[in-house]
Amino acid sequence: MSYEWDFAVVFQNYDLLLLGLINTLNVTGVSLLFGIPLGLFVALLRLADSKWVSRSAGIFIEFFRSTPPLVQLFWIFFVLPILFDIAIDPYSASIIAFSIQSSAFFAEVFRAGLISIDRGQWEAGYAIGMTRKQVLRRVTLPQAVKRMIPAFLERIIELMKTTTLVSAISYSDLLFQANDIAQQTYRPLEVFSVVAAMYFFVLWPTSVAARGLERRLAVSGESTAA
Amino acid sequence: MTEVQTDQNQVRSSREDDDIIQIKEMHKWYGEFHVLKNINLSVKKGERIVICGPSGSGKSTLIRCINRLEEHQKGKIIVDGIELTGDLKHIELIRKEVGMVFQHFNLFPHLTNLENCALAPIWVRKMPRKEAEEIGMNFLERVKIPEQARKFPGQLSGGQQQRVAIARSLCMNPKIMLFDEPTSALDPEMIAEVLDVMVELAEEGMTMLCVTHEMGFAKRVADSVIFMDGGEVIESNEPNEFFNNPKSDRTKLFLSQILAH
Repeated sequence: MSYEWDFAVVFQNYDLLLLGLINTLNVTGVSLLFGIPLGLFVALLRLADSKWVSRSAGIFIEFFRSTPPLVQLFWIFFVLPILFDIAIDPYSASIIAFSIQSSAFFAEVFRAGLISIDRGQWEAGYAIGMTRKQVLRRVTLPQAVKRMIPAFLERIIELMKTTTLVSAISYSDLLFQANDIAQQTYRPLEVFSVVAAMYFFVLWPTSVAARGLERRLAVSGESTAA
Repeated sequence: MTEVQTDQNQVRSSREDDDIIQIKEMHKWYGEFHVLKNINLSVKKGERIVICGPSGSGKSTLIRCINRLEEHQKGKIIVDGIELTGDLKHIELIRKEVGMVFQHFNLFPHLTNLENCALAPIWVRKMPRKEAEEIGMNFLERVKIPEQARKFPGQLSGGQQQRVAIARSLCMNPKIMLFDEPTSALDPEMIAEVLDVMVELAEEGMTMLCVTHEMGFAKRVADSVIFMDGGEVIESNEPNEFFNNPKSDRTKLFLSQILAH
């Protein structure tokens, strides 16, 4: 194969790619900002004593985990405006879709973390007079969060990769920008290679940081891994 | 503070006499399983009670009902004049007054030993952190491990962890202490250090209910020993009579089994 690589076009358009990267990080970050607290809320509903509440939360989780994220995104972008007669821009649609979608996954991470905490921890908290909320906030959740870190970062990495779908509703994320440049310059090989490298260099340190954090927590003198 | 006092006055209307704990015709079921049958028990302030019996006899369940870690279905439990019902306010009031020590310590592994002690004073009693930590240090000194304050529970031996757990309970200045087999998970050489702390506590006049098989402890500090089997109180007597002159055959059998070795 005598393909002549020419990365010049990529560098000429670096500002567009940079804007794309910022937009990708924006959608990922803001979706996490809503998705994580919503996930905790759904997890608490899932763990509620009331069967009715718990089951409803379960259905929510299963629904959003079992439908393709692209379908969810399309539904919110195309169907919601019709149903409620509102205008919704690609950015807002993306945030709504990925906040809800990631909350379903985070709910399961939170739930798994919380149920892995020994019942004796709850009981000890109650026995010294703490309320359920206080025990959750001061005792069980901090321990659960430490155990959840690997699963958490995995979900964050997964979410950032999933946000490439927003290009399908014309939001100018990194992939959308790359596609645009590739079509204009006829240099898809170079453009997509650079874009792959950009994703890699953002996500790879995230997983390295995750492992480092895990190690640091492991030596802080407590053995939550037991 | 005023609000809490008013609350306590309101809910303490049911107080009848000097008993700090009154349990009347109390029953508990786990589904179909009748785990506690017609329990009647009064505990006076400062009284030390040891509860023994074979495993599955309901003794742990009984003391766990007193701070509502287990719910009873029938009968009455009145602690310090407050009746235990489904009312969360009552439950929280009682839990502030009743300390509990668990078989497996249940210390919070993500907090230092001092933070374990200061946690409830800070968040339940709303005390400034500094004051709460001073109280924590005082009690860690009383259980003779102030040097372990900045370490995490996982760095301590079982006996030391159980002593931290006792200190953690005492930081709430409880009127009653419940001990649920506090030495059962310990290596033999560590049992004494925990029992010593419990004896000291008893000598200071703490109202105590201890589920334990440490009969030496029972003889030394108990005002009365209760023997349970099959969810019922079979026999209750002062320690001398209980050990030397047990009335029921089941008590005799149990005592012969645990004192045989």
